[in-house]
Amino acid sequence: MTDDVILRAEGLVKHYGGGPALPWRRGRGAAVVRAVDGVGLELRRGQALGIVGESGCGKSTLLRLLCALERPTDGRLLFEGEDVARLRGAALKRWRRRVQVVFQDPYASLNPRLRVGEIIGEAFDVHPDVVPRAGRRARIAELLELVGLDARHADRYPHQFSGGQRQRIGIARGLALGPDVLLCDEPVSALDLSVQAQVVNLLLKLRRELGLALVFVSHDLGVVRHVCDDVTVMYLGKVAEQAPVDALYAVPGHPYTEALLSAEPSLDRIRDPHAPRRTRIVLAGDPPSPSAPPPGCRFHTRCPRAQDLCRDTEPLLTVWGQRAGACHFTDAMLAGSVD
Amino acid sequence: MNRPMAAEPLLDVRDLSVEFDTRAGRLRAVDFVSWTLHRGRTLVILGESGSGKSVSTQAITGILDSPPGHVTGGQALFDGMDLLTLTERARRGVVGSRISLVFQDALSALNPVHTVGRQIAELYRVHRGTSRSDAMKRAAEMLDRVGIPGARGRVHDYPHQFSGGMRQRVMIAMALALGPEVLIADEPTTALDVTVQAQILELLAEIQADTDMGVVLITHDLAVAAEIADDLVVMYAGRVVESGATADVLGDPQHPYTQGLLQSVPSAERRGQDLPAIPGTPPDLMRLPSGCPFRPRCPHAHDRCVTERPALQPAPGELRFGACHLLDQPLSPEGAAR
Repeated sequence: MTDDVILRAEGLVKHYGGGPALPWRRGRGAAVVRAVDGVGLELRRGQALGIVGESGCGKSTLLRLLCALERPTDGRLLFEGEDVARLRGAALKRWRRRVQVVFQDPYASLNPRLRVGEIIGEAFDVHPDVVPRAGRRARIAELLELVGLDARHADRYPHQFSGGQRQRIGIARGLALGPDVLLCDEPVSALDLSVQAQVVNLLLKLRRELGLALVFVSHDLGVVRHVCDDVTVMYLGKVAEQAPVDALYAVPGHPYTEALLSAEPSLDRIRDPHAPRRTRIVLAGDPPSPSAPPPGCRFHTRCPRAQDLCRDTEPLLTVWGQRAGACHFTDAMLAGSVD
Repeated sequence: MNRPMAAEPLLDVRDLSVEFDTRAGRLRAVDFVSWTLHRGRTLVILGESGSGKSVSTQAITGILDSPPGHVTGGQALFDGMDLLTLTERARRGVVGSRISLVFQDALSALNPVHTVGRQIAELYRVHRGTSRSDAMKRAAEMLDRVGIPGARGRVHDYPHQFSGGMRQRVMIAMALALGPEVLIADEPTTALDVTVQAQILELLAEIQADTDMGVVLITHDLAVAAEIADDLVVMYAGRVVESGATADVLGDPQHPYTQGLLQSVPSAERRGQDLPAIPGTPPDLMRLPSGCPFRPRCPHAHDRCVTERPALQPAPGELRFGACHLLDQPLSPEGAAR
């Protein structure tokens, strides 16, 4: 099974600021922002993995670490068992073809001065051996059609497109080099509801037809449930819980997941007027700052289940069947639900 | 139209139209929009970007940028006055005190160089002539009421010293300071995380239960609308396409746009399957299609939709309206029975 794993993160850490990044100086001087603080995950070939959490939980930083746009402060990123940090020069460049990114903001992530064909074709300038020069126009047309646009669109500029169409262009660019893994940072959050569904459908189609593995960062639990096989819930730079989607939504194994699910507005009562009214867990306060995470369990300041134990002992991520939770009470929450 | 006589509307908007001058010409952002807000109820205006949902309330409260915006018709009746024809002076006596506003982006709506206490106190000083120290005391009470911990100390803090959720609470405190009868909230939770959104929506519901004020909430989030709205107005391309009690509108949508929106939301049963998405994109208001603006995206469009614009007309159910030709030739026998 392990050779099925294409991308594997082991204890990834990313700290920002705080003066020199020397281990013995860390934490002194200016405040260190612990954006990602020891995250491990596995992505199998063709799998869709969701990463959810609130703003400041480190989900976007994690995504940047996974495509080596950021260098980790600590930890390893393995691609097909090979340490990405050790790749240099041509080998690193070759690796970049395999992992590509789609960004959240379809307005900011496309160069307004380039034509769509140039935006997508730029990848071929960097990696000239992927498509021979003579075949590039045809390949760009093919990519545009794959994402539901028209080959003629290659000659237009980004401002001539709507938000949803621009996100399709961003996706076409991500696919240009034929990656195995597509990392999507909130790919539908900036889009109108009626257009969101179209882009969700496109991502599902690409998974089916190209066998792409997806990492799908989002704060929208409904979309993550729809697209993904497994979910990682993050809180303040750490993994709160990892589980298959169905299991997580049925029985959350971390009080934070429980609160997130209960806070998410839903159409359940419209779809089924007899559905019981959910008891909403309203968390107190806002997430603390990642530059000064609370001691013990990072969630204890807002957790409705917090005990004395949580204030001074940090719970470790513990495996429980197919899932893992980082809470002293994960086993109690899951009791009876795991076979 | 048969309105119940018993409930006197708190705010009654009739046939409101707003146009904008643009370089390419005039466009109509709000086109004959009507809705009614009742005391103690929450009316949600649901729509995508460009649907005119924010512009309509900006016009009513007189904060529409003009030029380029112009109110070209309609009425907004509040306590016997038409808000659209009030003088600037008279409107100031209403908007800000009896009708107040909460915006999406609290950081840009608050003045960054004054403490939040001073900004709330100013309301009491200007509108009520309260003394400086009394006004400050009442500002602290308001912050406490909206659940800001240590309110008495925090009146001296500046907006940037608050988190996003707390800032939105400050905005709500300001909006509620003078005990408004109508609160208009324009995407008040869109910039917030879900757990904080839940807090703010809960706060609004609590305050509403205490004061019996009417709330108009503008959102693009169907699930938020489903959870908090008593009444729902669905807008598309500047027009109301459907309105009525939320349970009716979302439980039995009559307009193909509302139907399409509901189906676009992922549900547990359809996990991993293609969503029945509405094809295409919302239209450019400068180049609206003839007839029904939703026609190019509509699965039921027929010849009449090309030639004739559907008017907002009564739909099956109490006080329900829809703007679709299908309402003339009901699909279901229940509709026909009406």
